[in-house]
Amino acid sequence: MEACVDNKEKADSAAAINRQSLTGWLKSYRHQPLSLLLLILVGLSALITVSALFLLIIYILVKGVPYLTPSLFAWEYNTENVSLMPALVNTVVMVGLSLVISVPLSVFSAIWLVEYARRGNKLVSVVRITAETLSGIPSIVYGLFGYLLFAITLKWSYTIIGGALTLAIMILPSIMRTTEEALKSVPDSYREGSFGLGAGRLRTVFCIVLPPAAPGILAGIILAIGRIVGETAALMYTAGTVAGIPSNLFGSGRTLAVHMYVLTNEGLYTNQSYATAVVLLVVVICINALSGLIAKWVVGKA
Amino acid sequence: MKNIKETIMHVIFMLSACISILAVAMICFFLFANGLPAIGKIGVFQFLLGMTWKPGNNIYGILPMILGSIYVTAGAIVVGVPIGILTAVFMSRFCPRTLYKIIKPAINLLAGIPSVVYGFFGMVVIVPVMARFGDGKSMASASLLLGLMILPTIIAVSESSINAVPDSYYEGALALGATHERSVFFAVLPAAKSGILAGVILGIGRAIGETMAVIMVAGNQARLPKGLFKGVRTMTANIVLEMGYATDLHREALIATAVVLFVFILIINLSFSILSRKSEV
Repeated sequence: MEACVDNKEKADSAAAINRQSLTGWLKSYRHQPLSLLLLILVGLSALITVSALFLLIIYILVKGVPYLTPSLFAWEYNTENVSLMPALVNTVVMVGLSLVISVPLSVFSAIWLVEYARRGNKLVSVVRITAETLSGIPSIVYGLFGYLLFAITLKWSYTIIGGALTLAIMILPSIMRTTEEALKSVPDSYREGSFGLGAGRLRTVFCIVLPPAAPGILAGIILAIGRIVGETAALMYTAGTVAGIPSNLFGSGRTLAVHMYVLTNEGLYTNQSYATAVVLLVVVICINALSGLIAKWVVGKA
Repeated sequence: MKNIKETIMHVIFMLSACISILAVAMICFFLFANGLPAIGKIGVFQFLLGMTWKPGNNIYGILPMILGSIYVTAGAIVVGVPIGILTAVFMSRFCPRTLYKIIKPAINLLAGIPSVVYGFFGMVVIVPVMARFGDGKSMASASLLLGLMILPTIIAVSESSINAVPDSYYEGALALGATHERSVFFAVLPAAKSGILAGVILGIGRAIGETMAVIMVAGNQARLPKGLFKGVRTMTANIVLEMGYATDLHREALIATAVVLFVFILIINLSFSILSRKSEV
């Protein structure tokens, strides 16, 4: 007991030695003008970055929230209510469809890269280079490619499915990358244990390696959802800009982001644009928070 | 039986991995097959160095757009890089833990905000301010907005490369009597420079490829850029604005614009991957 108190006192006195008063801290800069300048610059930059974000969010919320009227969420779009409901439905359909196409492909590629491919396999480096290239291609180039392939060559014209296929390629590299990282973070002893008990490679992958990697993969998928929700340039000439819910997947329809662009571009519905921006922002903030929570949970568990 | 299943799944996994190769090949094929003939018809020099873009008169010169893209990107670099790198330094070496928990998610959010929302924000906030100096929708507005948009990219890459510098560099500098700031800026930062440069290049790629936000604030006049506070049109804007109604050679010329953009991006990507390999070693 006594030793414990003693330790605590020692720790306290050590902390007192290290503690610095504000004036003392400022004084230490008196003869270091360069250091002071650098400190100010660094702090200022961080302040600018964060305040720019908050300015954007608060400005749009303040201007937009008053216009979130019930008519904005009417089921049918017309020029009077400028409803965003059809666009919202199309967005959900687009997200679902793109993920259904993209997630299996990207998760399987990551499984092949991490679990199957042998070291020094030529194909691995080609896959990596192409995935890196894909992740750098701007969305307008994807849009143009989707337009040329689906709308022109396959003669589908503007379709939801064409847009979803285009977006599926676009989000492929990012899901692949996060899955790869999640798989790599699973300790090798899991695999060795599984092999040691006589499981095959396939069973090891699906029953032993994938479950602990799942939250990491999920965080990546959620970020990909954010990208789909915010995408405009890749969808303008693949899914088109029709303001309604198409009757099937081969119809044209605009997502929320495209809807907002068209509204802003027409210039007649600035207030509704603000309101749409609020909806988009809220969706994106929720997605980011969710992804952050999952990532934290992964780290906490590991 | 079990072996057959294993083999089939192995092949499926491998084929999935080949999808990204297929995608890149198809994108290259479709762009080049549709764009290169137009460049041939118009003439390489007339196309790349032509100063007038008048689809109505069959004059297709995209030099104004190429310069527009380069200027706007350069402006974004001027705005975004200093702030981005300094913020990364702050987050890596100056930030108290409690503050970090606020700033890090904020920067992730900055990366997640859709470009139309950025564009709209630029239109209603930045453009009116810039209108005092000249045209509101101008190169300056676009540069400022893009500078903001590339911040999260630059910050994320720079921060991780600064974090990767061994602590001994910093401690060594402190031990020689340098202040905290001097140690960070003159010992740690130079060691992280190739990683930071890679982040800047990634930011350049983002800026040059950005479409919707730029359209909404840049003015989009298809003429040679005349000044900081005058309107410009970028290559990306050119494609989106005219693709809707273009036909024949005009459409092919737009696809050829995308080819030029694509080549820019490939060069940028290549230098990024070379640099990030270098910073890993």
